[in-house]
Amino acid sequence: MTATVSLQKICKTFDQFNALTGISLDIDAGEFIVLLGPSGCGKSTLLSIIGGFLSATSGKVLVGGKDMTSVPPAARPTTTMFQDYALFPHMTLRDNVGFGLRMKGIRRKERARQADRFLDLVGLQSSARRKPHELSGGQRQRVALARALAVGPDILLLDEPLGALDLKLRREMQDELKAIQREVGTTFIHVTHDQEEAMAIADRIVVMNGGIIEDCGPPADIYMRPRSLFSAGFMGEVNFIAGKRIGNDNQHVVVETEFGRFSLPPSSFTDGVPAQGQALTLCLRPEQLRPSEGHTPRDSLCRARFVDGVFFGTHYRCHLKAEKYSSDTLVAHMPQSSTVGPGDTIDLMFDAADIIALPEQRQEQANAH
Amino acid sequence: MLRHRLLSLFSWTYLIAMFGFILLPVAVLVLFSFQDGTLPIPPFNGFTLKWYAEVFADQKLMAALQNSLSVAFGSSLLACLLGFFAAYGLSRYRLPASALQRVLLMAPMTVSYLIIALGLLVVFNWSGIRLSLWTVGIGHVVINLPLCFAIIYASMGDHQKNTERAARDLGANGFQVLYLITAPMLMPSILAAFFLSLTFSWDEFIISFLLSRFDVTLPVEIWSLLRSGLNPKTNAIGSLVFLLSMILLLVLETLVFRRRSKP
Repeated sequence: MTATVSLQKICKTFDQFNALTGISLDIDAGEFIVLLGPSGCGKSTLLSIIGGFLSATSGKVLVGGKDMTSVPPAARPTTTMFQDYALFPHMTLRDNVGFGLRMKGIRRKERARQADRFLDLVGLQSSARRKPHELSGGQRQRVALARALAVGPDILLLDEPLGALDLKLRREMQDELKAIQREVGTTFIHVTHDQEEAMAIADRIVVMNGGIIEDCGPPADIYMRPRSLFSAGFMGEVNFIAGKRIGNDNQHVVVETEFGRFSLPPSSFTDGVPAQGQALTLCLRPEQLRPSEGHTPRDSLCRARFVDGVFFGTHYRCHLKAEKYSSDTLVAHMPQSSTVGPGDTIDLMFDAADIIALPEQRQEQANAH
Repeated sequence: MLRHRLLSLFSWTYLIAMFGFILLPVAVLVLFSFQDGTLPIPPFNGFTLKWYAEVFADQKLMAALQNSLSVAFGSSLLACLLGFFAAYGLSRYRLPASALQRVLLMAPMTVSYLIIALGLLVVFNWSGIRLSLWTVGIGHVVINLPLCFAIIYASMGDHQKNTERAARDLGANGFQVLYLITAPMLMPSILAAFFLSLTFSWDEFIISFLLSRFDVTLPVEIWSLLRSGLNPKTNAIGSLVFLLSMILLLVLETLVFRRRSKP
C-alpha cells in the first residue's frame, strides 16, 4: 500500500495572494517526506491540495501515475491526519479506527478485528473500548494515526501532527512515527515548522518559503550543503559573511570578504559557481568555527574577542566580536573543555572545504526575473 | 461582624421572598387541587383526591392531553430537524446573503405569538387549509424553529468542521457525515433545543387557541373549563401540567446540561 506522488507546476492563488508558485516535486513510493517551512510558507496548502481538500489554481497532482487533480478526497488513495486529530468524540477508539472500513462496507466483526490490529500497532489495543476524551494528547495522536492507516492508504498526509505535544513527547513520537512508517511502508508526507523534527524523521526534507521550494534533499545535505540562504538560516544557526568572487586559484575560486581572501573548492557553491565579481554570502555554522588550539587543517578567519558564552551540554555556545572588523557578532561552538572567558581573544579557525557560499538570490529565481 | 450578619440576613430574606413570589402561586394552585369542597379558595377544608379522579375520568380533557403531547413532540421534532439543517447549511457553506438569511430565520422570535397566529390564520384561510391539530403544529414549528436554529447554530464550530473533513476523507458521503458525525457530536445542543421546544409547545395557548377547531390542546381545553368558573378540578389539571413541565425540565437538566459540563 504505497505509491509515488508527482506534483507538476502547482500554483494556488487566494484572491490576490499567491500561496504557491510553480511547485514541482517527485516523491518515491514509501518515502518519508517532510515539508518544512515557517508559517504562511504554503506547506499546509500544498498538503491540502495533495489530499484533495483544496484544488490547485493550475498544475497537476499525480498519485501512482494517475491524475488526481479533480478527484475528491474520499476517492483518493490518500488519508490525512489532522493537527487537532479530529477524532470522533462520540465513538470508542475501535469505532474511530474502524470508521473508514465501515464506510467501505466491511462487516462489524471483521472491522473490529482490523481496528484492533491497528490499535495494536500504535500500542493502544487495551483501550479499544475507551472514548477519545479519556486519552492523553499523545494517545489521541496515536489513535488518529491508526485511524488514518486502517483504510490502507497509499499516501498518508500528516498536518503538523506533533504540534500540540510537549517537547519530550514530541521527540518520542517522532521515533515511533518513523518506526511505524518503516513497518507499513506507506508514503508519508509530513508538514512541520520544526527543523529538528524534520531532521529526525525525514528521508527527504523539502524546505518551503513564500510559496516556493527553497531546497530539497536528505537532512544531512539540507543542513550541511543548503542550496539557498533561507534554507541555511532556517535549518539552524549560521554566520553569514558577505563576499565577492575576485578570481581563481587552480580549481578553486577566490572569494574576498572583510576577513580576507579565501579560496573555496567548486563543491562549496551548491547553487552554481558565481560569475567573476558576483556578490556572495559565505555560510559558516557555529560548529565549523573553532579555536586554533591543537587542530591543524584550518584556515584562519580572524582574531576575535569572547563576549559571552552559555554551556549547552555538548558544547559552549559563544558570542565573539571580531577584532579590527566592523562585522556583526559571530556565533561559534567551543568544545566542552574550553576555558575561554570574557575578554579573552582567540584565533577563530575554519575549514574552507566545509563551508558553503551562496548568491544573494537563487540562480533560477535570478534567471526568471 | 454585625454588619456582615445583617447583610447575610438581608440576602437570605431577599432570596426567600424571590422564590416565594415565583413559586407561591404554584404552591397554592397545587394545594387547592386537593381541596375537599367545591371552591378552590381558603379555608382549606381537608384532603381529597376526588378532583384528580374527575380529571382522569374526563374524556375531553384526556383527549386534549393526548393532542397536546402529539403536537408538542411532532412540532419539536420538525423544528429541531429544520433548525439543524439550517444551522449546518449556514455554518458549513458559503451561501448568498447568509447574514440576512440568519436574521430572517431568527425574526419570528421577536414577533408576538398573537401576530404570528393571526398571520398564519390569514394564510390558512386564504389557501383553503382547514384548521386542525396540524395547523397548530405548524404554528409551533414557526415559533420554535428560530430557537432550535439559534441553539444548534451557536454550538457549531470549526473544530467539528475538521472532524467532518476527516470523516469525508475516510470515505463517508454527505449524508453519512451528517448522520454519523455531525448530529451525534451536536447531540447535547440538539437535545436542549428539542426539550425547550417541547416545553414551549406544551404551554402555548394563543396559537393553539386561534389555529385549532374541533380537536384542541390542553391549554385551550383548560381555558374553556375556566369560563364555567373556578373549581378545584382546574387546579388539579393545572397541577398535572406543572408536574409534566417539571419532569421535562429535569430530563433536560440531567440529559443535556449534566452531560455538557463533562470535559
